[in-house]
Amino acid sequence: MRRIVPIGPYHPLQEEPEFFKLIVEGEKVVDLEINLGYNHRGHEFISPTLTWDQVPFLVERICGICSDSHPYAYVLAVEDCAHIQAPPRAQYIRTIIGELERIHSHYLWVGLAGHFIGYNTVWMWVWRYREPLLDIFELIMGNRNHYAINKVGGARRDIKPEDYSTIEKYLNLVEEKTKMFTNAVLDDPVIHARLEGVGILPLQDAIDYAVLGPTARGSGFAVDVRKDDPYDAYDKVDWDMIVFPEGDILAKAKVRLLECFESIKIVRQCLKEMPDGPIEARVDDITPGEGIGRHEAPRGEVFHYVRSDGSNMPVRHKVRAPSFMNIASNVVAVKGYSIADAALVLAAVDPCYCCTERTYVYNTKRKRLYNGQDLLELSRAKTEKYRRRYGK
Amino acid sequence: MKKEYSKDILEEIGKKFPDAVVKIHAPRRTYIRIPRDKVPALAEFLFKDKGCRLSIATGIDTRDGIEILYHFSLDESGTYYNIKTIIPKDDPQIKSIAPFLPAAEWIEREIHELFGVDFIGHPNLIPLLTAETWPENLYPLRRDYANEHKDLKLKKKM
Repeated sequence: MRRIVPIGPYHPLQEEPEFFKLIVEGEKVVDLEINLGYNHRGHEFISPTLTWDQVPFLVERICGICSDSHPYAYVLAVEDCAHIQAPPRAQYIRTIIGELERIHSHYLWVGLAGHFIGYNTVWMWVWRYREPLLDIFELIMGNRNHYAINKVGGARRDIKPEDYSTIEKYLNLVEEKTKMFTNAVLDDPVIHARLEGVGILPLQDAIDYAVLGPTARGSGFAVDVRKDDPYDAYDKVDWDMIVFPEGDILAKAKVRLLECFESIKIVRQCLKEMPDGPIEARVDDITPGEGIGRHEAPRGEVFHYVRSDGSNMPVRHKVRAPSFMNIASNVVAVKGYSIADAALVLAAVDPCYCCTERTYVYNTKRKRLYNGQDLLELSRAKTEKYRRRYGK
Repeated sequence: MKKEYSKDILEEIGKKFPDAVVKIHAPRRTYIRIPRDKVPALAEFLFKDKGCRLSIATGIDTRDGIEILYHFSLDESGTYYNIKTIIPKDDPQIKSIAPFLPAAEWIEREIHELFGVDFIGHPNLIPLLTAETWPENLYPLRRDYANEHKDLKLKKKM
């Protein structure tokens, strides 16, 4: 018998409202419908009413977690449109902030994944050591979030040479702790049993749905804008793209954890090789034309397209966040797995996602079977079962 | 090392699609203008034969009609091949590319509801973002919307 399990649209734990309609047969998920648009804020509509320099502050507020990615992609788009080149020092500064942001965003995901499967220790540890990263942001830009570092033609704030040693000190701490979590997560047989072979997204589906970021790289689809279309300082530093072919949640977790080390490597090299000089180029006017900017955000490629008619405002500004492509692939990833895995599989793409709390499962006589709390309990009970099996 | 974009693909497009107009904006940004009936064939060529990835599509309301851009990214060389086409406002329809490219499903639904373009052959052309109670024939990203929305009243929910 088929039943519908609605997940969403509002949830206090995760951020954004989305609505997943899981169609289940017994415990098995057979199909998924996705509804979006519960929190439509009209950025593409507002953007053409603002001047070129005001838009970064607007797009920064699209996402609170990756609040550097959107303005970064936007300024790259405008620079492409008007053929402006940011000075080298500004390029290095923007690269550093982009990479620090990647680490803190991956930490968030690891913590939440731990929370979903009932490993609250992982959650608390990881989020505890996310704080030093936010301290670095505060040190450089005065803000722990919404950094306002990107500007058409450069960076808004400089990193002072006397702060390098403090940043280095924080980075050492972060590196040490990342090693600790990576070992703790990857050596744990229970986490292995829970994540391995679950929510597989095959390579061909990854290509067809054009998924991005760690979701793609965990399926063996090697897409990384930083390597493919290098911008700013990314082609001047040495780092590796992390790709795993399995496509399950464990592969995605491995990609994210190991990417933190690559990001630390990039930040260190940037700090060491940072050139001197001005941090912004003079921008006289934005010539008519069109430009595309893309930045590898923690979740994948952020895409911005702007069109200019020579005035002080964009005519059209298109924004595409990576979750737009990644969430659609859930239709493939969640099919055939048990309902206890669904919450985790849906969270595996690291969506700006919402909701298990207000979930209710009804049978055809409108008798309540599960709600969101029950789903979390189901997920945790499964972990507990494995934990007992492995004698932990 | 930055890779150079490949001119071969553009030459091949020029041979296969004689009415395509190619513009190279920057070393890794190219724009290909083509009539709307050739779009699916060109998209299929880029996706299936050349291994491009669909980044997204953009709709723009211009004086000449609604312009749609399909942004295809060739990740081997980091080049964007942007297919550009114009759709007249009195006959807003174009063939869908979603049947062979699932990544285009959502964005075509979005352009359908925000600009009122019909994608012929799309498997499921229902609104993606707007509410169920959103009035018909009201397209928020069209230029004439700003005057219309003053009188906007959402339908009562059933």
